[in-house]
This record gives sequence, C-alpha cells and structure tokens, in this order.
Amino acid sequence: MKPAVLTGEHFITGDVACAEGALAAGCRFFAGYPITPATEIAEHMASRLPHVCGTFIQMEDEIAAMAAVLGASNAGVKSMTATSGPGFSLIMENLGLGICTETPCVVVNVQRAGPSTGLPTLGAQGDMMQARWGSHGHYEIITLAPSSPQELFYQTITAFNMSETYRLPVLIMTDEVTGHLSERVVIPEPGAIQLQTRPVPKGRKDRFKPFQPGPNGVAPMGIAGGGYGLHVTGLTHDERGYPCMNPETQAEMLDRLTGKIRRNLKDILLTESYRLDDADIALVSYGVSSRSSLAAVDEARQAGIKAGLLRLITVWPFPEERIRELSRKVKCLVTVEINLGQIHLEVQRCSEGRIPVCLVGHAGGTVISPDTIVDRLKGLLQSLHA
Amino acid sequence: MGIASEALKNFKGFNLKNMPEVEPLSPGHRACQGCGEVLALRLAMKALGENVVMCSATGCMEIITSPFPQTAWKVPWIHVAFENAAAVASGVESAYKAMNRKGIINQPDVVFVGYGGDGATMDIGIQALSGALERGHNFVYMCFDNEAYMNTGIQRSSGTPFGAGTTTSPPGKKSIGQSTWKKNLPAIAVAHNIPYVATATPAYPVDLMNKVKKAAMVPGPAYLHIYSPCPTGWRCGIDESVQVARLAVQSKVFPLYEVIDGQYVLSRKVAKPKPITEYFKPQRRFRHLTEADVAKIQERIDAEYEDILKKCGGDGKGKEEKE
Repeated sequence: MKPAVLTGEHFITGDVACAEGALAAGCRFFAGYPITPATEIAEHMASRLPHVCGTFIQMEDEIAAMAAVLGASNAGVKSMTATSGPGFSLIMENLGLGICTETPCVVVNVQRAGPSTGLPTLGAQGDMMQARWGSHGHYEIITLAPSSPQELFYQTITAFNMSETYRLPVLIMTDEVTGHLSERVVIPEPGAIQLQTRPVPKGRKDRFKPFQPGPNGVAPMGIAGGGYGLHVTGLTHDERGYPCMNPETQAEMLDRLTGKIRRNLKDILLTESYRLDDADIALVSYGVSSRSSLAAVDEARQAGIKAGLLRLITVWPFPEERIRELSRKVKCLVTVEINLGQIHLEVQRCSEGRIPVCLVGHAGGTVISPDTIVDRLKGLLQSLHA
Repeated sequence: MGIASEALKNFKGFNLKNMPEVEPLSPGHRACQGCGEVLALRLAMKALGENVVMCSATGCMEIITSPFPQTAWKVPWIHVAFENAAAVASGVESAYKAMNRKGIINQPDVVFVGYGGDGATMDIGIQALSGALERGHNFVYMCFDNEAYMNTGIQRSSGTPFGAGTTTSPPGKKSIGQSTWKKNLPAIAVAHNIPYVATATPAYPVDLMNKVKKAAMVPGPAYLHIYSPCPTGWRCGIDESVQVARLAVQSKVFPLYEVIDGQYVLSRKVAKPKPITEYFKPQRRFRHLTEADVAKIQERIDAEYEDILKKCGGDGKGKEEKE
C-alpha cells in the first residue's frame, strides 16, 4: 500500500504530478469523465485513491462529475475533477452552483486547442476567458496556471488550500504540453507541506448561519450531517441560506461572493518577477508560455535588449495593480500566450494606454518558441527607437 | 397486430447465399486489427444498403472511418459531438420529413440511423437517446457495445461488465476492477414502448443483418444493442474477436433476442450453456478474478438469462444453438 504523499524524486508527467499533488493536499474524492489530454489524471486517481481510503467515481458525463464533486465537498471531503475543453464547457453550469453555494473544490483543465473538438491531442491556452466568465452571472474565481510538472504538483496543493480558505471552486488551467511532459518532480515530506482546511463553525448549533461571513469575509462551513442546520441553494440566498428574491439580498450575496476574493488579493495574487528591475520591455506570461518567455528574456539580454518577465501564477483574479505599476516603469509590455489575445486584453486594460502593449500568440497546437518572442522584441525595439 | 409485426409480416431474411454485395462502409479504414466493432458496423451497413443517413457519435467508429481528408463512408454521414447522435438523427429525420412535406425533395424511403459506442449511448448520450425514442422519430439507433471507452484508452463505462479491469477500474488489493453491474440498456429502450428492440453480435452475422433490416423496416424508433469485441481493450488475441463474441452467447453472457411490439422473442436458445470461465479465459481483462468472484458473476448471469427466458415465455422459442 502506497502512502498518500510519495516523498522522494520522481520522473513523471504533469498529469500524474497533478494527481499526486491532489493526494498530498488531502483530496480523497475524484469524479471525472475520460477526455484527452486529462484522462491520465483520472486514471492515476483511479489506481491511487483506493490505497488512501479515497473514492474514485467515473460519472456518465462532466455535468454529473462536477455535481458529484460538489456533493462530496458538502459532505466534508476535499474533492476534485479534471477535464479538457469540451468537458470544461459541460462543467460550467455546476461550477456556478459551486460558486453560489461557496463549495470548496478544485477543477483542472488540461487545455487543448478549440473551439469545439478542436485539436484533442495538442495544447493551447484558449480557455482563459472561459475560466474567468464561463458560467453565467457575475462572480469572482481563483485560477492558477502552472508551467511544469513540478509546479502542477505544488499548485494543486495551493489550489486546494485556497479553495478551502475562501470556500470556492479553484481552477487549475494547465495545457496538453505540461500535462503530458515528463520531468523531475520532487515530492517533500508530508510534514513540509502546509495544508489549509475550511473554516469550521463554532458555537450554538441552533444559531448557526451557514453564510454569515467571518473576519476575512469567508463564512465557516457546516458539513452536511455535522449537526449544524444547513440550507444550500443556487437561488439567491441570505446569510441563513434561505432563498430571498430581492435586489437587496442579491447585492448582499454578490458582495459576499466577490468581496471574499477582492478583500484578500494580497494573499491570493501570486506572481514571479525575472530581470524586471532595469527592464525596458516586460513580458507578461503564464503556464507553458512563461517557460518560452523565460528563455526569451535571457536570449534578448544577450542581444542587448533589456527584457524582463512577469510570470502570472494566479491569473484570476487578475493582478491589476502589478500590471499598472509595471506600465509606469517599462516602455513596452508584451503578453505571451497560446491564443489570439485573452490575458492580453487584461494587460491592455490595466496599462491604461500609458505604453504600447503587444501580443505574441497564435491559435494553438504547439508552444511558442523563444526565438519567435526574441524576433518580435527586436522588431519592437526598432519601432520604439524610431 | 402491432406496428412492428405489421411492418415485418412479409420480411424475408438474408442468408449466406444472397448476401448483398454493397459495401456502404468501405475497407481501408483505420480500425485496430481484429476489431469486432467495425465488423459489426460493416455487416449492419450491408443490411441497410445505400439509402441511409448515418449520424455518428464521437468514438472509435467515428475516428477510424473519417480521418479528414479520407473517409470510409460511401453514404451521407454526419458527426456533431459526443453526446448527441440521437438528437442529430432526430433533426435529420425531421428535416427530411419537412422537406418531403413541402415538396422540396421526394425521398420518402431514406433510413435514418444514429449510432455510437457504449459510452456515447449508455453514459453521456442516454439523455439524447431517451428524448429521441420518446418523441418517436422514425430512426434506428445502434449501440456498438465494446464495454469501455476504447477511443480514449480503455476507461470503464456503464457498459463495462462487473469485475473487468480497465484503466479507471484497475483491479488490485482494494478493487475488483469494475465494481458495478452492466447497465441493461435494451430494457431501458423497451421501457420507452418503442416498436422494435433487438440484441445482436457479429459472431452471428445473418442474425445481425436480419435484425438491422427489421429495425430499418419498422416505422418509429428501433434500438439495436450490438455486442462488439475489442481485442485491444479486452486483451484477447486479434484472431479471437468472433470466437469471444460466440462464447458470450454460448455462455449466456449476451443473450440474443428481439422485442417486437413489447413481446420478447428469443433468437437463439442456449441448450448446453458453457461455463462463464470459458468466456473469460481468452480475455486478460478478467484474469485477476478469483473463483469466488467468478461464481458470483456466474450466479448473476444465470439469473439474468432466466429472466430473459421468462420474458420470452419460458420455453424460449428460439433456434437451438449448434456447436
């Protein structure tokens, strides 16, 4: 019997690292449906979960998979699903239910090129806006973008921690390339992994209000069957969880759902800076594209271009202030992503017209090479001097 | 007389001497060696002929017959998404009906067929199938059941038999493999009160073709459940597909029957049933099962077969199975 945390060095794919990260984070429930290129996560969970007294269920489609994940979480178990483009579309309705009912869970999207069936076996980063706005209504969501198998391991743990802390579904937006890439992954001792669990209610059970926010804006979560009276619904509800159909309650609920994210940005926003201190041009990138960007920065520096990189680990909520600040320091911002401009739009928005903002991207199916980025930077530099 | 009996009263079956030469599904497709599913599909197409519109779900039979710019299809063929083959067939049938009514076309005899694998039919597509059966479209739905998601690499479905090993029902210390019993989709189809439901397998080609032909002749919805061995996923020899399919019938695992206007008719009575171990033996997906597991499965298979016999009126009017 293998333990939950496989301490040691491994040579594994991103998909497997993601599954191991989930197990290390305490995930004991996985519901999913086969889809390339995320199937390996389900397959690995199917063989590993029984060893740690967990449950794997293959459901009849992704709609049901997401429903099962929400149910397991409400019963007190850390739960997760993994999918790709078409399945991500099916997940959207119940993702909204998870947001409205403030149910912690993790959803992994191993992105492939779309729209529709697209390129099932080739990667892209085209679902980034769907991650932000794919379910209906106005809401906030947390989205992480890992760039390597090692990061997939750690960020899956981070995703569980954030979902438990803030009581919401957290998305991991990786891609086919990272998911299928085999690399060295170091798994630490269990004691070295910090885990968060959802805030639990204290005090009199008969006075419990399941959606009354605590000090950080997050309501302690009563577990179904735990003795605290619960009413959980996708209808607009008040702090008691009771449906209440008026604009005041709607405003109050949305303030709760968005406020718990907006008021904790400093803990949620994770970025990494590389050679930005004296940079003229800042690349902004995430996921697999940030690896190309990292190489491009060094190559550009060798060619005499003062480039730097801002790597987004948290993509949603968007690090608006960081981009604003950067746009005051550098002469040009370049977004690097495998789509035709999604996060690029956000970078543009936050630079507020101060400096030129460019995109290095394509429609998907392969990664962006560092050379492509450097060539673009050379061209940009000429036009900036002209 | 019911709708189906009325439509089938002058039915003359195929026999090995008058096999249609037509091949609407041409050779040169990309199926694995020994694929029992494409064999079943080919036989079905021979029975259906060329005046058809095929509506495909996502799956092996979609991928291997249509890698653009090539196609194995000589007849109109449409694929939309994974879960909606029956909904697409509904739309195509309705469109032809409307165009015939308005005089835009004059093609009253086209046969509309939806088809998919066990995952596309029994899991993600059951909602669309149920809707189409309930609305009563004049179409044939064929489920090619190879008992797992083979296209994505052998994940279990609700058609996977109890105990079978797949990549998402891996056998081991804590797991027997597939932990639930196979979903009885023919019975679910029967519950929709449609005129014709039948089970078939490519091991009995004439029987399969006759049932496909009958399904096409019957007005209203018809459902065919076609057992389709997959050497890749079942881990049997590529020369054993037909043999495994035959063993499935001979060991009562997959009884062949028709349900005509709600009346069960056994197609093939198994006089001397073989033990289920003979069926399991060539397939590595069952290799891990213990004697106790096998006994439990045998018990269930016996009970299910008895149930079918009872529905067929006890004696099972079907032909005797010959060695």
